[in-house]
Amino acid sequence: MRKYTPKDNVQAKAYYTDRFWVSPRVPQSPVEEGTHFAKVVETLGAQCKEAYIVDGQLVVHIDATENFNVMKTLKEQCGYTQCSEQSAVDYLAQDGEFELFWQLLNIDEAKRIRVTTRIKQGEAIESIEKLYKSANFAERELFDMFGIKVNNHPFLKRILMPDDWEGHPLLKTYPLHGDEFASWYEVDKIFGKEYRDIIGPENRDPAMIDRYDTKRFSRIGYEVPFAADYTDEEQQPVEYSDTFLVDYNKPSKTLDERK
Amino acid sequence: MAQVKNKLTPFFENLNFERDDNTMVINFGPQHPSAHGQLRLVLELDGEQVVKAYPDIGYLHRGIEKMAENMTYNEFLPTTDRLDYIASTSNNYAYALAVEKLLGIDKDIPRRAQVIRTMLLEVNRIISHLFFIATHALDVGAMSVFLYAFREREFGMDLMEDYCGARLTHSAVRIGGVPLDLPEGWLENLAAWCDKVDHETKHTYEALLTENRIWRMRLEDVGVISKEDALSWGCTGIMLRGSGVEYDIRKEEPYELYDELDFDIPVSDRCDSYGRYRLYMEEIYQSTKILRQLITMYKETGPELMAHAPKYISASKEQIMTENYALMQHFVLVTQGMRPPKGEVYVPTESPKGELGFYIKSEAEPYAYRLKCRAPSFFHTGLLQEILVGTYIADVVTIIGSTNIVFGEVDR
Repeated sequence: MRKYTPKDNVQAKAYYTDRFWVSPRVPQSPVEEGTHFAKVVETLGAQCKEAYIVDGQLVVHIDATENFNVMKTLKEQCGYTQCSEQSAVDYLAQDGEFELFWQLLNIDEAKRIRVTTRIKQGEAIESIEKLYKSANFAERELFDMFGIKVNNHPFLKRILMPDDWEGHPLLKTYPLHGDEFASWYEVDKIFGKEYRDIIGPENRDPAMIDRYDTKRFSRIGYEVPFAADYTDEEQQPVEYSDTFLVDYNKPSKTLDERK
Repeated sequence: MAQVKNKLTPFFENLNFERDDNTMVINFGPQHPSAHGQLRLVLELDGEQVVKAYPDIGYLHRGIEKMAENMTYNEFLPTTDRLDYIASTSNNYAYALAVEKLLGIDKDIPRRAQVIRTMLLEVNRIISHLFFIATHALDVGAMSVFLYAFREREFGMDLMEDYCGARLTHSAVRIGGVPLDLPEGWLENLAAWCDKVDHETKHTYEALLTENRIWRMRLEDVGVISKEDALSWGCTGIMLRGSGVEYDIRKEEPYELYDELDFDIPVSDRCDSYGRYRLYMEEIYQSTKILRQLITMYKETGPELMAHAPKYISASKEQIMTENYALMQHFVLVTQGMRPPKGEVYVPTESPKGELGFYIKSEAEPYAYRLKCRAPSFFHTGLLQEILVGTYIADVVTIIGSTNIVFGEVDR
């Protein structure tokens, strides 16, 4: 039986985890009375579902539909004039949701807030480009990398990947070396679909070793001319090599004689 | 009107003449020498004036954030070299600091490692600023500054090479400290280099440029960014301080030894390229000032270089070779990778280009669940679509040079 590999998360995983190992957590502290952050939480009122402090930064959980209003309050009433960063985390495999975060900066107080929320797959969020113009590029990247639609963005278009790309690279379902589409993209684009048979799919794994590729690899114990095709031939190894080299091209064991 | 490709009419792949409203669309880059890498800028021109600018990025996209999800924390560190490859130690450091905050060991870094790290950061800042002044002057047309500035930058890279063996992709910082102590004679070389940089900045670059009539004509009132725009577009670093906002993460949210060091944050309210140029020059003086203080601080430190956190960081080579338990832990850390606590951090640092931050979401696995690199140049590129409008094509090059974007970190 083939080994089962989950399709909803194809990223690298730990090959061994102790059964009884309990992971520690990054410490979270409550918001103390009388601080700057306490005032922020008070100003947000009911919009703030949960608030705590991690590493000196306030983390605020909000409703996804409220994001524009929350940012507006934070910008206009709390002095958070800069949106440093925004992006998403893919939790589709676990919860069917994306976690979104916005990282805001208050220049005068030197305080940072992280606003986080969760949306279901296929849901869109409201653009905050009207408040922070830095969201223009950041939201395009969000759309490009995760496929999350942003409403009322002035120019929502792929930014890092080509316009005619399929798939969103930072999803957990997207393999590191690209999918089927990625391996044919440049062949189709440069030569045309009719050359697929001649050229073959692009090798997007730079560590891959093809033992029949005589342009880039040599064979231990054999002298193979550059670009020679030896897929069918049974080559004679260089004589002296037989004594101490293992022939990796020969199958070590024949399981069934009839085949 | 669309162009027809045939033998009689020449086909200019970079020019597109729109006859209807008399504007011309040109492609600036992605291979333009002054596009600072792989920037493709689509400009709509009315005569020589830019009507619309559209920065098209992604030509250097290598998926570094994706790679971070598939590499253990220590494996990923050399990859951060490839973000801002002009000053790679600042990326290494920003990443290492983010992981240390995640692990909760950022307070346990030995004093000597802190001094060395801060030194390397400032050396990298000077290298990056020298690179800026060289290429910016070259873009604007001052060829000789490029040659002089690269000479001093070369000496700075020699210093980096003496320390870590690499000139461009340093990986000179480790999670938890630094791998090596300073080699013999390094501090003397550093002190000599500081004097040289100070001297050359004052008597060569500034003497050549600051009062130069052509330089001032090309830079003054070019690329004006108002304070509101700078904040709204997410400008950081000198782009922000050049617009009159006094904010430097080294001062406001100090990390490493910056709270013990005596240095000033130069601010300009000119809001133009000339003001930013002056800030770069001033920051070089401030960095050498910091380096001189660090040289004296180094002499009062103990020999430890890596933090003691056996759960996350391998013991010293000597311990691994002599103690069984240290060897076992080293084996586990190398084969499986460290497992940081569950949670998330966002750690900003002041890189030479601006705010370089790493957001790391950990699910207590050896691989980061999500790593977001907040690159300053990415947001400065976004700003181009607004500030280029209304300028003349000759100033476009000045403005791109003045934003000091590096495409390794724009595209990531």
